[in-house]
Amino acid sequence: MSNEIGRPSESDSGAAPYNFGGVWVPSELEIARRAARRTRNTRNSIIAIFSSIVVIGGLALIAVTSPGWKSLSDTFFAWAYGVEVLPKIILGFGTNVTLTLIASTCVAILGLSIALIRTSRSPALAPFRILATLYVDIFRGIPMLLVILLVGFGIPALRIQGLTNNVLVLGTIAVIITYTAYVAEVIRSGILTIHPSQRAAARSLGLSHFQSLRYVVLPQAFRRVTPPLLNDLVALIKDTGLVSILGVTDAVRAAQIASSRSFNYTPYVMAAIIFLLVTIPLTRFTDRTLRRSIERQNATGVA
Amino acid sequence: MSQPVLEVKQLRKSYGSEVVLEDISFSVPVHTATVFIGSSGSGKSTLLRCINLLDQIDDGSIVLDGEDITAVDADVDKVRRKLGIVFQSFNLFPHMKVIDNITLAPMKVQGISKEIARENAYKLLDRFGLHDKAENYPDRLSGGQQQRVAIIRSIAVAPRLLLLDEITSALDPVLVNEVLSTVRDLKIEGMTMVLATHEMGFAKQVADEVCFLHHGKILEWGTPAQILEAPQQPETKEFLKRVHEAGRL
Repeated sequence: MSNEIGRPSESDSGAAPYNFGGVWVPSELEIARRAARRTRNTRNSIIAIFSSIVVIGGLALIAVTSPGWKSLSDTFFAWAYGVEVLPKIILGFGTNVTLTLIASTCVAILGLSIALIRTSRSPALAPFRILATLYVDIFRGIPMLLVILLVGFGIPALRIQGLTNNVLVLGTIAVIITYTAYVAEVIRSGILTIHPSQRAAARSLGLSHFQSLRYVVLPQAFRRVTPPLLNDLVALIKDTGLVSILGVTDAVRAAQIASSRSFNYTPYVMAAIIFLLVTIPLTRFTDRTLRRSIERQNATGVA
Repeated sequence: MSQPVLEVKQLRKSYGSEVVLEDISFSVPVHTATVFIGSSGSGKSTLLRCINLLDQIDDGSIVLDGEDITAVDADVDKVRRKLGIVFQSFNLFPHMKVIDNITLAPMKVQGISKEIARENAYKLLDRFGLHDKAENYPDRLSGGQQQRVAIIRSIAVAPRLLLLDEITSALDPVLVNEVLSTVRDLKIEGMTMVLATHEMGFAKQVADEVCFLHHGKILEWGTPAQILEAPQQPETKEFLKRVHEAGRL
């Protein structure tokens, strides 16, 4: 058994033996090609660097030398004040993180349930199918801010005993209601992209409807929808800032309080930076997952 | 002679107003292979899907081991445990390794323990020369290897009857042979089979009975020698002539 790949060894080739084992010396032509490629690459880099400096530096210069720059930087980039209020904003951001963790867990469970109900064919589930479709149609089409206002102010207005008036809880519920509708649709589309032949193969082996779903359809569907679900997670993190409208002291609300006290908008910028510190890495991670999933799908050959 | 493994009686199947199968009756004795030949669209695949209850029939009945599996109170999942089917397009589960593809049904349907299911699966893989592919994902295998794994997956549940639906149609000529020799081995070991195929040479080798299907009806049936070498019906002659021209005989 030989471990070499591709190349025929000298012995079993009928043609004149060629010494693959010897030291390969690039030909004159190849050396010339490489030199030309190197020159071209160097020239391209120089042009890229030069044009970047001109364009970005020029824009920065225009901004900094403009008459409004002084007041702009005093209002938005007062770093000393920003650092002063930072602990409060970080404390508020803790609320956003907690809310994200609770909401994403609930959304995952509820979204999957609704996707399963909508893709089921059982006659017993018919009423639930109708309700699930109605639910998705409604809450995917309403701005989330409206849902937050309706739930956050509407439910306490009912004055029903036993229902909470806690704005944090109500805000979280509003976020869950909205995102469940989005996520249910993403998961449902994933289930529908799995070819019927996969289900046929599973059923023909004697697996029940539920077992086919559990072991064959869902694992493949989840792989396909992981990138869009991560996208929704990034959106969820920043949308938790919307519950501040109910008076929840999250990062946005903390920044609002700090800024209204001083008529300086740096706290908002600080809050934005904190959100970015979480969302940008997560976005990069999503991009990488997406790229991998595309590569995996392309690697899959016939059928 | 004991009762046949499969008995199909006056089966009828239509899609809307288009009749796909009409008055199909045949029986398959134990340890024999019945091969269906006929041009594309003659109803071969539909017939196999009907036997496996993947498609609903419009009339007639299908009897497996003396039990009417198309009866009103038939347990579909239970019936399918007695049947294996191999598809033209392999339909392996791409997210599972070869070994997990094979052990899924024995573990989840028959309730066999993981250790024993794996042991059995490895025995089958050994026998068909695929031992070293066990831990690979299906997309790392050639088409022929994938189809052989699909065959192993369907016989791992020890079915009473194996249905093979044009299992070599998606393969290039070099890979066809390794798949066909696997089927030949199964035949020698006594597996009862129903096949749909375009490989006439192969049909001649494994078939105990050949049925020529034409526009949804069995036009002619008999031993391979009778049908493939001395066909009586003009349609059968015409079909075999075209197959011959295509170099498949």
